[in-house]
Amino acid sequence: MVQLTVNGQTHDIEAEPDMPLLWVLREQIGLTGTKFGCGIALCGACTVHIDGVATRSCVMPLSAIGAEQKIVTIEGLSPDGSHPVQKAWLALDVPQCGYCQTGMIMAVASLLETNPTPSDDDIDAEITNICRCGTYNRVRAAIHMAADGKAG
Amino acid sequence: MSLVQSVSRRNFIVGSGATVAGLSLGFHVPFLASASAQEAGANLPPEINAWVVVKPDGTIVVRIARSEMGQGTLTGLAQLVVEELEGDWSKVTTEYPPPGENLKRDRVWGSYSTGGSRGIRDSHDYVRKGGAAARHMLVAAAAEQWGVPAGDCAAANSVITHGPSGRTLRFGEVAEAAGRQTPPAEVTLKDPKDWKIAGKPLPRLDTVEKLTGKQVYGADLKLPGMLNAAIKACPVFGGTLVSFDAAAIEKMPGVKKVVKVDERSVAVVADTWWRAKAALDALPIAWDEGPNKNLSSADISAMLAEGLEAQEAFIGNSQGDAKAELARVQAAGGKVITATYAFPYQNHATMEPMNATARWTEDRCEVWVPTQNGEASLAAAAEAAGLPVGQCEVYKIHLGGGFGRRGNFQDYVRQSVSIAKQMPGIPVKLLWTREEDMLHGAYHPTTQAKLTGALDADGNLTALHLRISGQSILAAVRPQGMQGGMDPVVFQGLTASLPEGHLAYTVPNLLIDHAMRNPPVPPGFWRGVNLNQNAIYVECFIDELAHAAGTEPLAFRRKLMANHPKHLAVLEAAANGIGWDTPPAPGRHRGLGQIMGFGSYVAAAAEVSVEKGALKIHRIVAATDPGHVVNPAQVERQVEGSFVYGLSACLYGECTLAGGRMEQENFDTYEVLRMAEMPDVETIMLPSGGFWGGVGEPTIAVAAPAVLNALFAATGKRYRTMPLKNHELA
Repeated sequence: MVQLTVNGQTHDIEAEPDMPLLWVLREQIGLTGTKFGCGIALCGACTVHIDGVATRSCVMPLSAIGAEQKIVTIEGLSPDGSHPVQKAWLALDVPQCGYCQTGMIMAVASLLETNPTPSDDDIDAEITNICRCGTYNRVRAAIHMAADGKAG
Repeated sequence: MSLVQSVSRRNFIVGSGATVAGLSLGFHVPFLASASAQEAGANLPPEINAWVVVKPDGTIVVRIARSEMGQGTLTGLAQLVVEELEGDWSKVTTEYPPPGENLKRDRVWGSYSTGGSRGIRDSHDYVRKGGAAARHMLVAAAAEQWGVPAGDCAAANSVITHGPSGRTLRFGEVAEAAGRQTPPAEVTLKDPKDWKIAGKPLPRLDTVEKLTGKQVYGADLKLPGMLNAAIKACPVFGGTLVSFDAAAIEKMPGVKKVVKVDERSVAVVADTWWRAKAALDALPIAWDEGPNKNLSSADISAMLAEGLEAQEAFIGNSQGDAKAELARVQAAGGKVITATYAFPYQNHATMEPMNATARWTEDRCEVWVPTQNGEASLAAAAEAAGLPVGQCEVYKIHLGGGFGRRGNFQDYVRQSVSIAKQMPGIPVKLLWTREEDMLHGAYHPTTQAKLTGALDADGNLTALHLRISGQSILAAVRPQGMQGGMDPVVFQGLTASLPEGHLAYTVPNLLIDHAMRNPPVPPGFWRGVNLNQNAIYVECFIDELAHAAGTEPLAFRRKLMANHPKHLAVLEAAANGIGWDTPPAPGRHRGLGQIMGFGSYVAAAAEVSVEKGALKIHRIVAATDPGHVVNPAQVERQVEGSFVYGLSACLYGECTLAGGRMEQENFDTYEVLRMAEMPDVETIMLPSGGFWGGVGEPTIAVAAPAVLNALFAATGKRYRTMPLKNHELA
């Protein structure tokens, strides 16, 4: 048995050491806001924060995570959906099907922590999540809006 | 208001009978749960009619039969209903009526099929009538309560007012009595120019849950006692399952059962999906790879190339005598231009892989599934369950993308029921891996096209022959839609006069025909369907002809489009938007494309540059005339998104065969457009009224031709075989 700290709560996990964090979150802890898209860290739907850093959880084995590391999922990003990124997303009605959006929001929230006012080039380099519905232009606008809100 | 508080405004029908109701993640269960609650004496809000429920607190529940997969139909259809209802938009929520309920009620909600950009255009009339009828009944109930003529009363913003006395009643106060009123025999619908809710860029009704992780997709579903299944079908098309060694994995963690699903598939059922998948990966399986085990893309390409020259072909559009005129001009030493194009297989690649959850007992089968067609899911479930359809039910869940994959093709429903049938009484969720999704698609068909055109001395197009060779979707998927062996859908956008989509160009001698060549690869409806490649063939070749004629491409088109002012209007709007008449910045180059499809007129203008072999798409201006616009913000989103889908195919999309199976299994080899490559998109809406066209698909088709024509302007070269990733651009 190992311990994981997720969204500020400690969980005792009984699982194989090679089980990816994505499936620990979804099936052992019951947090399904983090999505399965590709399983090989290429689409970003499974993005969570580990100690503040955006991480694709589908290839991160349980054995690689220590109890002291702080994992944050979309469910823990804010208590009431009021994170600046979520607010910007709501203001611009960004999602279409929405399946990739929780991963997208987590990736953006992490980017803004390290780079509060990213340029378009920064966004191009850092936000590589796949959206098949095609929300990219609204994602970009919402990132700038969230950045401005934070600056103000 | 915080996001979380407003979550409670949303209701989705996902639960089922007594064992599940109330336990499935807080889902609302109106029909079956209502029945059991009514037995318990609860006072539940009665419906006014099939489309509208008004609760005592004034909450308006609009029933939506079509599926929400991101395209915004839930919001758009609700806008149409509530417009006629004269309801208060801030009190609106939606729910999906289960398809089994539709059958029991003589299909009161009409078609559940959500494809072909038909969500709004095929149901606007009856959903608006549903809203209008409910308004009549609410007004009649209030008038009855007051003892006044209904004609003296009117509804607005969920309040009924008696004109002479000024008395008012809220919808919620008369909803129960309204449900007992006789529905009006006829209703008059509003003129769209009087719309207050429809036609406005209202925010979507389903955004909040998508920002907090609370939106439940099929892949997220959790039912009490549920097990999870991972599946593998023979990766070679036409291959079958021979045997598997269940004993080898039975002791792996969580494994409950290994089952043969059908002739070609085996599944592992475990307590969690990850464990099911891990065990399946370790399962020794023997396949019979069948008759296609040596099939390659080169074989298919050769098969299609033969069709380009074949004598026999189905004719989709014919004027004058194109073959004779082309032969005459050729013999006379006139100008004859020929080019050959090709478009490969594509996978839908929805972000949420295919899935379905089923529970089977000897007398009932229930399926929870993200589906574009609840009724097709129900039919597949009943067939797989071996039960009468009346003993089955399907609960629809929001889709993590559809794009056509989740409509006709209910393979995952059949599989999930087959698995559940081998574990009676236990709900089992089947979830595909991305690899399974890529290997077992319903692929955008592959076609090739040979185009031949003749120009007279003045640069006029006197003859055009477009020969399409390749795969028919209908032949494989919906043979009852064939017309004397011909697949009419092959000619999307190319017909002479169909309101669904007709050719913009008037050519005195025209022949558009199809040599059907059907490789043993399952084809399907892929967002935009055959309009995608047809627009490339026609719009790029028209560009080639313009170049050969020495005429700039807009002027060349304009000459041929005199009889098609609506096509021309969107083309000119896109051209004006990009600044066609003024030169682009140094190093930038422009291209145009237009087409009609799914009942709408669409065009795009692209501005690109090519540096050191790298294409950059800077800017797109798109114009669309869908007749009516129900939510301009949604139209804008669909148009923007169309360029992501269309350009993904143009730049990267291709599924290739080797050894009878697809070579691409994930996003490492099946690349798609990402943020960095996304151009700015400006959307111009030109709704001209008088018809209802679709929005979700048509614009995809003009993405590639506009960019390919701009690429020619940049490089002087034509790239005629998709995708562009296979070419050196210079």
